Order: sequence, then C-alpha cells, then structure tokens
Amino acid sequence: MTFGGAELICQLLVGISRSMILFIVCAGLSFVLGVLRVPNIAHGSLYMIGAFATFSITKMFAGSTGFWIALILAPLLVALVSLIAERALFQHLYQREHLMLLLFTFAISLILGDLVKIVWGAEYKSVSAPALLKGSISLLGASFPRYNLFLILIGPLVAIALWLFTIKTKIGKISRAAAVDREMVGVLGINVSWVFAIAFVIGCYLAGVGGALVAPTVSITLGMDHTLIIEAFLIVIIGGLGNMWGALVGSLIFGITHSFGVLFWPQFAIVFPYIAVVIVLLLRPKGLLKSVW
Amino acid sequence: MFERMIRSNWFVPITVILIILFLLPIAAPRFYVYILALIYVTALLAMSLNMVVGHGGMFQFHHAVFYGVGAYTVALMLTKTKLPLWVGFIAGPLVAAITGLIIGWFCVRLTRLYFGMLQISLGSLIWAIVFRWYSFTGGDDGIHGVSMPSFLSSLNHSYYFILVVFLICLVLMYMIFRSPFGSTLQAIRDNAQRCEAVGINVRLYQLGGIVVATFFAGVAGVLFVVLERSVFAEMLFWVLSLEIFIMCLLGGWFTFAGPILGAAMIVALRTFVGKYTEYWTLILGVILILVIFFLPEGVMGFFQDLLKPASKELSERGR
Repeated sequence: MTFGGAELICQLLVGISRSMILFIVCAGLSFVLGVLRVPNIAHGSLYMIGAFATFSITKMFAGSTGFWIALILAPLLVALVSLIAERALFQHLYQREHLMLLLFTFAISLILGDLVKIVWGAEYKSVSAPALLKGSISLLGASFPRYNLFLILIGPLVAIALWLFTIKTKIGKISRAAAVDREMVGVLGINVSWVFAIAFVIGCYLAGVGGALVAPTVSITLGMDHTLIIEAFLIVIIGGLGNMWGALVGSLIFGITHSFGVLFWPQFAIVFPYIAVVIVLLLRPKGLLKSVW
Repeated sequence: MFERMIRSNWFVPITVILIILFLLPIAAPRFYVYILALIYVTALLAMSLNMVVGHGGMFQFHHAVFYGVGAYTVALMLTKTKLPLWVGFIAGPLVAAITGLIIGWFCVRLTRLYFGMLQISLGSLIWAIVFRWYSFTGGDDGIHGVSMPSFLSSLNHSYYFILVVFLICLVLMYMIFRSPFGSTLQAIRDNAQRCEAVGINVRLYQLGGIVVATFFAGVAGVLFVVLERSVFAEMLFWVLSLEIFIMCLLGGWFTFAGPILGAAMIVALRTFVGKYTEYWTLILGVILILVIFFLPEGVMGFFQDLLKPASKELSERGR
C-alpha cells in the first residue's frame, strides 16, 4: 500500500481535529479528577447531553445561527445539570474511596442516560454544520473539511483559556492548591465546598463544549457516552492524572493513532489507540507527564 | 468435615433451599426456570469477580472480558470445528484463564487505579478485535444458534446442568476462600506492604488470584452459551464489567455469598421491572445511589453486621 504525502498529512490533520474534541472533554475530566479526586463516569453522559441539546437548540432557529447559539447554550445547560448533581449528591461523598465514587458516578450515568432517552427518544439525530463551516477546502491537492479546520483552531483556544484560568484567576489558584492539599486550603478559611462545586461545574462545562462541538461530525445517539468515557479515562491516565497538558498529549496520541489506523487497516482501526495506550502504560505507568496525585 | 457441616446452623436451611431449587423445574413455568438459570450464571460471574475485588483487593475493572472469552471460545469451537462437546467445555475456562494470566501478568506490575486502567485498555483491545472481526467472531452480530447435544436440548436439562456446575464451582470457590491461598490474598488486600515484609511474593499471589477468578468467569461464560446458545460482543464491553461490580457492591464486598444476592437482584430487576418500563436502568441507578448512601457494606454485609454486632466490635478492637 502506498499513500501520497498529501493524503498522509490530511489524515494526520483529521486525527488532530478529532483529538481536539477528545482533548476538550478529557481536560474537563482531568480537572475534576485532579481537584476533586472523583473518577467521573457521568462525564460521558454530560457530553452526550451536550450533543443532544445542541441538536434541539439548532433545530429551534432557522439558518445557521442556531448552531452558534447552541454552542453557547448547550454547555451552559450541561453545567446547570452538573451543578444540581453536585450540590444534591456529589458533595456528600467526596470522602469515600475511589471505587465507591466510581460506582456512584456510574449510577448517575445510568440515570442521565435514561433521562436522555426520555427527553430525546432512542432515534439517531444529526446536526448540520453552519453554512460558514460547510464543505471543504483544498489542501496540497487533497480536500479537507472546513469544520475539522475549525476544530483544530478551537482546541488550542480552549487549552490556553483553561491554562490562563488555572494560573491567573483566584479560583483557579485555589483549585490547584486544593488538588494538592485540600485540608490545608480549608484551614486557610476558604470555603472548599464551593471551590469544589465550581471546579466540578467547570469540568462538566467542558464535557458540554465537547458534546456541542462533536454534534455536526457524528450521528448523535444513545450509547455515545459509553464509547467516549472509556477513551477519555485512558487518555487522562496516559497523560498524567489532573495534568491538562497531559490530556492534550494523550488525546493527540489517541486521535492520531486512530486516524492512521483508518488509513492502513480500517477494519481494525479502533484497535490501534488501545495498543498505543497499552504501550504507554507499560513504559510509563504513571502517565507521560507529571500527575497531581 | 462432614460432621461439622451437619452440625452447623446453616445445614438445614441450605439443604431445604437446595431441595427446592432441584424440584423447581417440575412445578414452575418455563420462564422462571430460565430466569433462575440466568441468575446462577450471573452469580457465578459476580462471585468470580468478588474473589479478586472483595477478597483480593485488586481493581479488576474489566472482568467481563474473561466471561466473554470463555463464551466465545466454546461457541466458536462448537460452530467452527467438529471437536466433541466436552473439549469445548474444558477449553472455554482454560482459554479464559490463559487470557487472565497474560493480562494479569501485565497488570500486577501496577497498583490500584493504574492496574484497573491498564486492564481496561488490554480488555478493550480484545473487545475491539471481537467487535470488528466479522469473518471470525461475527462482529457486533455475535454468534447465534450454537447447537447443543440431546442431553442439554431442553430447558430443564440445561437448568440442571447449570445448577450442578454452579454448585460445584461454589464449593470449589469456598474451599479456595478458606484455603491458605485465600487467606494470603485477603491478607494482601488488608496490608500489602506487611505481606511483602513477611516474605510473601505479593505479585505472584495476585496473579494466581486473577487466574483462578478468570477461570471461573470462563466457566460462567460456558454456562451462558449452554443457556442462551448465542454470544455477542456486548459480553466483553466494559459496561458489563461495571454491572458485575455493582452486583458485588449490592450484595456486599466482603461476604462470600453476597454477590449471589446482588446478581439475583440485578437479573430480577432487569426482567421484572424491564417488563413494565424500558427505563429500568434509571431505577437501578436510583437503587444504587441509595445503597451507596445508606448501605455501603451492601445488603448482605448490612445483615451480617446486624446479626453479629459483637464480633464486629471485637474485630475493630483488635485492629
């Protein structure tokens, strides 16, 4: 099999654009894991809610403005759902062991999954990209979808915004401190409970952003949470728990191995990222970058 | 040993339950016989997980893979080869145990969450191959209509076969649980460092525990094929692994028989609540949250504490 250079580069870019969605979701998961120490399986369900909400909001408006409004509103809706869940349930359980938290968040994901089924039904849904991002551009002689280009641009923006948030803002600094030593932060007279709530909501908001961004590229369906969350956990683990740049590196590894898998052996394309994860975990069990745990 | 068994308080109730279970197919409708058989299969799977998680303290996050590997091995042997039935029945658990040995060999180098995640990625690798290899495993369609010999042809015959195998496995698991090997595993769960200091090869024991547990998961896989005559890729998906985890949690981690109760609860919930509403997982989620909030030791663990408050107090003082 031989491929032209343009095809390889295109496939690489497709891989990177898919990685960007993964990165946005995983950065949120990693942030929650780092600050709250909660392995949140419901993160995938929130991503799914984000995608379904994008579908509904896009349909409400005529033309392509709907998608842009959805891109703002859908993640906010997800953030609201997560805020309710955090205040009502999560906040009572932070002291429990990880295994218990894992099963607890799985229970939440079961409930959210069925709620999505009740609200949106079991049929496939699809969202079309706004007119501005439809079609493709020609790149080195091969055609490359505009929407993927948009994703490649937006990924770094989110990364920079999150990075600035954690190092520049007060809440970001406190949450970083809470990730290292939450008792000490409490002793300093800071209301840790609300810091945790805010950190949780920000993490979940990112899941909503990921869900909104992925909506035009896939068919939105029940069960998309299950495939995503396991990938997200593996990415966070190979990147280093709680490390945002680790989530970026992990996502790139996952997305690029998958897209080259599609090129070379489409039938088993989904196997390649898992092989990459196994190799990384065997060489660097604690992740590629420094973990905050 | 038998004298002690007869004198034990449990002898009479257990005998009565066994007699009822053996006589049941004569009176009960087919549907209930089927559900009971499914409960045995699921309970065996949950107990095999509990051997590593509850008794061994390992984060065995992807146990369903071994169940699926056992089931697929026997289904593939019966449909693609002309080998006799019993070869398939033995090969199922053995291949599952070998898979357990290979995956476990990698996993025991790591601890806790990392152990679990490495297992999920290795397990997902197997799932992805089974899921996509249409020409061999049938992909996401699975394999249907595995033919069984005449002695397993009717549901009642399958029921008795599954019940007998289940009981044999139960006795074997109890013997392992009470053996020096089992005690060592439980000691490693409670304090791995101290065990290492005493000169126990912790990794070797953990690997042994994984192999034994995956063997029994393979047996459960074979029994599933006997009951359902089909296999599908969801048997290896991680969602099932978490479901088995939930069974252990519902029943109680640290009890021996807890997972049986948990498996029965989940199967009954899916069957009977699933009849009335398609949203049974919503109800499962709510029950699970209630259990996590109010009965962290599981239903069985809760009753055990009620029955033996004194012994718990003693053991706590001993710590």
